[in-house]
Amino acid sequence: MASITMKNIVKEYDDGFPAVNDISIDIDDGEFVILVGPSGCGKSTLLRMIVGLEDITSGDMLIDGERVNDKPPRERNLAMVFQNYALYPHLTVYENIAFPMRLAKGTFSASDVEEKVQKAAGMLELTEHLDRKPANLSGGQRQRVAMGRAIVRDANAFLFDEPLSNLDAKLRGQMRAEISQLQRSLNTTSVYVTHDQTEAMTLGDRVAVLKKGLLQQIASPRELYEQPANLFVAGFIGAPSMNFLPGTVEPSSTGSMCLNTPLGEIELPEHIAAAGQGKDVVLAGIRPEFFAEASTVDENKRGRGSVVTAELTHVEWLGNEQYGYISYENDPRVVDTLHNLAQDMDSDDLRTQLVVALDAMSRVRGGDSTDLWVDTRRIHLFDPATGENLTRDAEAGAELTRLAAEDRRRERERSAAKAEQ
Amino acid sequence: MASSKRLTGRQKLGWAVTTILVLLYALFPVAAIFANSFKTQADLGNPTFWPANWTLTHYEMIFVGSAQDLFLSSLRNSIGITLIATFVAVVLATLCAYAIARLNFPGKRIILGAALAVSIFPVISVVTPLFNLWRTIGLYDTWLGLIIPYLSLTLPISIWTLSAFFRQIPWELEQAAQVDGATQWQAFRKAIIPLAAPGVFTTAILAFFIAWNDFVYGISLTSTEAARPVPAALAFFQGASQFEEPTGAISAAAIVVTIPVVILVLLFQRRIVSGLTQGAVKG
Repeated sequence: MASITMKNIVKEYDDGFPAVNDISIDIDDGEFVILVGPSGCGKSTLLRMIVGLEDITSGDMLIDGERVNDKPPRERNLAMVFQNYALYPHLTVYENIAFPMRLAKGTFSASDVEEKVQKAAGMLELTEHLDRKPANLSGGQRQRVAMGRAIVRDANAFLFDEPLSNLDAKLRGQMRAEISQLQRSLNTTSVYVTHDQTEAMTLGDRVAVLKKGLLQQIASPRELYEQPANLFVAGFIGAPSMNFLPGTVEPSSTGSMCLNTPLGEIELPEHIAAAGQGKDVVLAGIRPEFFAEASTVDENKRGRGSVVTAELTHVEWLGNEQYGYISYENDPRVVDTLHNLAQDMDSDDLRTQLVVALDAMSRVRGGDSTDLWVDTRRIHLFDPATGENLTRDAEAGAELTRLAAEDRRRERERSAAKAEQ
Repeated sequence: MASSKRLTGRQKLGWAVTTILVLLYALFPVAAIFANSFKTQADLGNPTFWPANWTLTHYEMIFVGSAQDLFLSSLRNSIGITLIATFVAVVLATLCAYAIARLNFPGKRIILGAALAVSIFPVISVVTPLFNLWRTIGLYDTWLGLIIPYLSLTLPISIWTLSAFFRQIPWELEQAAQVDGATQWQAFRKAIIPLAAPGVFTTAILAFFIAWNDFVYGISLTSTEAARPVPAALAFFQGASQFEEPTGAISAAAIVVTIPVVILVLLFQRRIVSGLTQGAVKG
């Protein structure tokens, strides 16, 4: 077990392209950190620099305080799970798991190997498959063999390179839970690369969001969700993703400050309005669940928000919830920003429709006009020019991350106590 | 691809006819030699395909009779020289192809290009200078004197086939081994070589055929039974008198040297085909 410290890590390719640009991250002993971002953001490169498969152009990589920049992978004592599992096809499952121990000649006796392999196999439910070859296993089983190979070694840290992206959706959910439990029970420092924000949110103690080789924000999943640093993080985290509604902060007819949007006027709480004042145009980040049908909102809650009327183009009923879609005319001043954002996120929608989460019981249908209540306290305003979050409450965000760390500490103590029994 | 289109009856018939024609074209000479090897000396001049009386005299002649010295020593030479040349070619080509497929170094393309150039260079234009050179430095009529030119024939194709093979082995396997604690050499030996085995095998068989079938070097660079391989030795067979052609003995010897090739192909047919196609089509 070890801490991993990255100081101003840069990876520049021969053509001068910086795949990773000045990234500094501290990973505590036992922490589970996720590197997330769209393809080409440098997350895999960063992981491969930690493990030593990629040279570091500049900066320092420290494992347990020791600089490892020039050490080959085998001297770093890290275990890695590859995207395509990288199992040795000519070896049985048993030998695949035992492989790292066989390489460390003299360190493990035959009975050590047997015991460790059996223990790992038991933990991963592979006991009955030990004599089979990887080719005869299902995707999920191969994945578990790859993890078995990682855990037998008492490695300093586990590194995962998109380990679930080759599995189907159902299995992915299951394996996600297994990885999470495994990491919690072993308490080994882990770095996990993914482009899937669900994996990032559910697995990570902290999540580092990367874009084009630059670290955008590193924080607990809750902080990323509630207090995103910028437009990119806000759009990337959350599904369906955050709506970005262009608007101008102006005094309304009643005198209070409001946001003038294509949907109509949305009244804003003072501190939010203050942050957006004086800007020509701002993007209001409103998550789908900030909306609700006005008729279902309690009288006393209604006062803390604002109501707009809109016509739904269509609705999607998913059983547990329902999404309504609203088309609107985009402001030409933000089209470029949103287009670039979509490109950065690897998606191609130009987002001229708004997604709102409705109650699953709602009878509203496409074509209906309905009154929508917006929880204005949770709205964030972004500067379309810089992408900066104008309303970010850094203290509240830090508090969320502190709470997450607290939760994690309690969990660790609990599992340690359980292990002692 | 195969399942996307079912052949109609007519197409099947067409393919069958074509296959038979090709087989006849390819195998008729072999069958003729086979038939000749069993004909009596008198029968050889007759314009019939099958022998009137089947006889083993020619086989007796090359194995225990008058041509024994010539044939058995050349058979020994052929087997020895070919096996050594194949072994050396495969070992060198494995290392070379691995480097080409995995490492980035200047001159990588030049090596591949040079290998190709060597393999298309006409043997006959090399053989005369080689003859002079070998005589001067004492390699003429030795095993080594044949093994070296055979390497020039077998190495290029081995390097090309094997580098195509190595490129298909997922690089992650090697990296996984390195992360698991292997040195580069251990990763190569424990993770890559076992996977490349079918490719190495295919290459070995191809190299073996090339060396086994060579005639030009064999006849030009040897003079005695110290190093003369079978294809060259066939030319030195003599009839019972100067008015008799040694057709029967040559046929018998030709059949004998074809047998190992046929056995190899039959045994490893599947591997060769998969090896060749794997080398050719990526993924």
